[in-house]
Amino acid sequence: MRLSTMLLSFGLLFPVSFGVVAADTQKLTLTGSSTVAPLVLDLGKRFEKQNPGVRIDVQAGGSSRGLADARSGLADLGMVSRALKPDEADLTSYVLALDGITIVLHKSNPVTALSNEQIVAIYTGKITNWKTVGGKDLPITVVNKAEGRSTLELFLQYFKLKAPDVKAQVVIGDNQQGIKTLAGNPGAIGYVSIGSAEYEEEDGTPIKLLPINGVAATVANVRNRTFPLSRPLVLVSRAPATGLTKRFIDFAQSRQVYDLIQEQFFVPVAR
Amino acid sequence: MSPSRAEAWLSRSLAWVAGSAVALLALIFLFLITESLPALVDGHWLRFFNSSGWFPSAGEFNLWPMLLATVLATLGALVLAVPMGLASAFFVSFCAPPRLADMYQRLLMLLAGIPSVVYGLWGLTVLVPMIAEVAPPGASLLSAILILAIMILPTVALTSDAALRAVPVSYWRGGQALGLSSQTILLKIALPAARTGIFTGILLATTRALGETMAVLMVAGNVVQVPGSLLDSVRVLTANIALEMAYATDAHKASLYVSSLLLTLVVVMIVALGRRLEARS
Amino acid sequence: MKTMSPRRTHRLTDHVLATFVWLTALSVAGFFCWLLVDMVSQGFDRLSWDFLTSEPERSGRRGGIAPMLVSTVAVLIITFVVAIPLGVATAIWLSEFTRTQSRPAVAIRFSLDVLAGVPSIVYGLFGSAFFCVWLGMGYSLLAGGLTLACMVLPILIRTTEAGLAAVPADWRQGASALGLTRWAALRFLLLPAAAPAITAGLLLGIGRALAETAVLLFTSGYVDRMPASWLDSGRVLAVHIFDLSMNVTGGDKAAYGTALVLLVLLLLLNGLAMALTDRWLARRIVQA
Repeated sequence: MRLSTMLLSFGLLFPVSFGVVAADTQKLTLTGSSTVAPLVLDLGKRFEKQNPGVRIDVQAGGSSRGLADARSGLADLGMVSRALKPDEADLTSYVLALDGITIVLHKSNPVTALSNEQIVAIYTGKITNWKTVGGKDLPITVVNKAEGRSTLELFLQYFKLKAPDVKAQVVIGDNQQGIKTLAGNPGAIGYVSIGSAEYEEEDGTPIKLLPINGVAATVANVRNRTFPLSRPLVLVSRAPATGLTKRFIDFAQSRQVYDLIQEQFFVPVAR
Repeated sequence: MSPSRAEAWLSRSLAWVAGSAVALLALIFLFLITESLPALVDGHWLRFFNSSGWFPSAGEFNLWPMLLATVLATLGALVLAVPMGLASAFFVSFCAPPRLADMYQRLLMLLAGIPSVVYGLWGLTVLVPMIAEVAPPGASLLSAILILAIMILPTVALTSDAALRAVPVSYWRGGQALGLSSQTILLKIALPAARTGIFTGILLATTRALGETMAVLMVAGNVVQVPGSLLDSVRVLTANIALEMAYATDAHKASLYVSSLLLTLVVVMIVALGRRLEARS
Repeated sequence: MKTMSPRRTHRLTDHVLATFVWLTALSVAGFFCWLLVDMVSQGFDRLSWDFLTSEPERSGRRGGIAPMLVSTVAVLIITFVVAIPLGVATAIWLSEFTRTQSRPAVAIRFSLDVLAGVPSIVYGLFGSAFFCVWLGMGYSLLAGGLTLACMVLPILIRTTEAGLAAVPADWRQGASALGLTRWAALRFLLLPAAAPAITAGLLLGIGRALAETAVLLFTSGYVDRMPASWLDSGRVLAVHIFDLSMNVTGGDKAAYGTALVLLVLLLLLNGLAMALTDRWLARRIVQA
């Protein structure tokens, strides 16, 4: 029974070949926003290379999970994709990067700019056809984000809307779902992260970014803070960080990781 | 150990193992009920059907539109997948030359293993835009039904095929001896003989469709509303849980667990219904 | 007497039915080709030996998927090492040691059917609360494998039981007339006869296990490093595909490449399952 012997020996060796974790390995656990997670993964890898014996474990779960885990101590740091609210002041936050949000249309849409009032009218269902705002005779497909997401909260806050006011035709969960929905529907309108949208536009995806209030939606404008709709991506901890946690935060906020941040299409914060 | 004692020992240990299945189910129910309790005990359970809509931030938790969407999407998928799944099983066993049948069967097995994400991606980038051209928004009950049908078809096909293969040769020989045509034997003798297995397959497919999350989330549009037509955007219960669980606290979270409980209860009802139908035929 | 495939002796002659059957087969095959072409056109050029053996870089947009492959195989090993013995044992008990209508058997069969139908997201929530938190395994391959085992067990049990039940009664009578013990009858006669059903159950189980995303995200986690032990968190292929396509900007090509790798893995595992059941079980029965 050669096959079974092979399998058996593989099974026995497997745990051994896995290797034994070094006794003095230090571990840092981060949980939270899936927007921030890929960036922190990259940061963690570079940090691990520079600090052998250290492990940075990143789990997803959403910004609220990040906050809860940081509070309860289940995670060393929480990843949150927005600024902290007043009732979260017991936590310490460290800004990693900025992320701008803008309105995105399909490339074939002749409309090049929308005023804030028009955007509000479209999102509350008062304007339902593109010809009303100077576009083609095409029904508007409003794309909105699902409840609880920081992007939605930012959007509602800026345009002074409440969640039940929005009349959407499609509700999405993640950024990429939004971009793919927009790219597939000439009559769609939605809001996504500027960095991702810029990348996709350059890559050939048929979308285009609209300016908000006359300010062009570019990563540069987010960096010089002229763009009105942006949010910070932060790490939060229960108490001011010390030890390994502090070393990691200092690393994450330093200039040497600007390239990683920019690769994620976020905006490093000028220091 | 004497043979009978060994057998008794075997019987008892196997019984314990089997009992763990019931234990697991009980555990899952216990878990769901415990988490749903906060939303159920204050006598407000009616709000799950009376509220003006699903607005968690305002404390409105009407589950009805989503429950309806789930049921409609599943039924629609079954209407497509059951005939086509059975036809696929016939194809493999009767219509195709052996090589082709083998390839087709492997194809079905592959389709059964593709992650929902991939189906969802295809749906989002190919199917939805196609529907959007005819009738925006494209992401709709129809796209959900189509994607679900594709996903459950292999299950129906593979289990039906296994069931048909298990029909004893004597049945076929008997039919031939009576001078019946192959098709008559298939439809009037083999199919009824294999019906338990086929039924199990359909049941499996139904519950799979009920529980599918990722793919439907990507193509159905996710607007909480009672659909007026196939082309309206809908949100199914599973997609709702996936979208909101990570961001929910307290009452909202408990309400999401209530919807999970509701779904599981629907599964229980379907299984019970299946038993009844089986007993009657 | 093995049940003979009717393929060679019977062909459907009715045109309507045959047309419908062929049309169905063509559309299913057509859809699959459509899907495959879509996947290959976007993901093929990412495939290389490097892709399979190196770690991901830049959140997976570059580099490879080696840790994901290892995590996936590890989780599958746990799933089936747990599910196969438990599953076959339960099926044997249901089929051989109880009367069909006895209370315990009915209750267990009912529970199994419900378990097979419970939505994956409920398993994800349950697995996370029970294995990760309550039993303290945290995000780990072990928790992921055990949760998947719970999902795969009902399918395995029901198909195996159906296979055992389909064995003709005179086989069992013949065995006891020959003085075989229950165990010997099982080992040499009944299980081999049920081999096709067991295979079907295994294949369905493997397919389900490889395809699950949400469940594994909640239980075995998101960490994309090569796991160092069973209790380590690890990202499986399905979760990686999800992250690359839905979360990471510019991750589409890598997502499709990973999906292609998953398909190949699926083919290999299916082949392995069929070869193993054939070798250990079906061959024991001499064809009539």
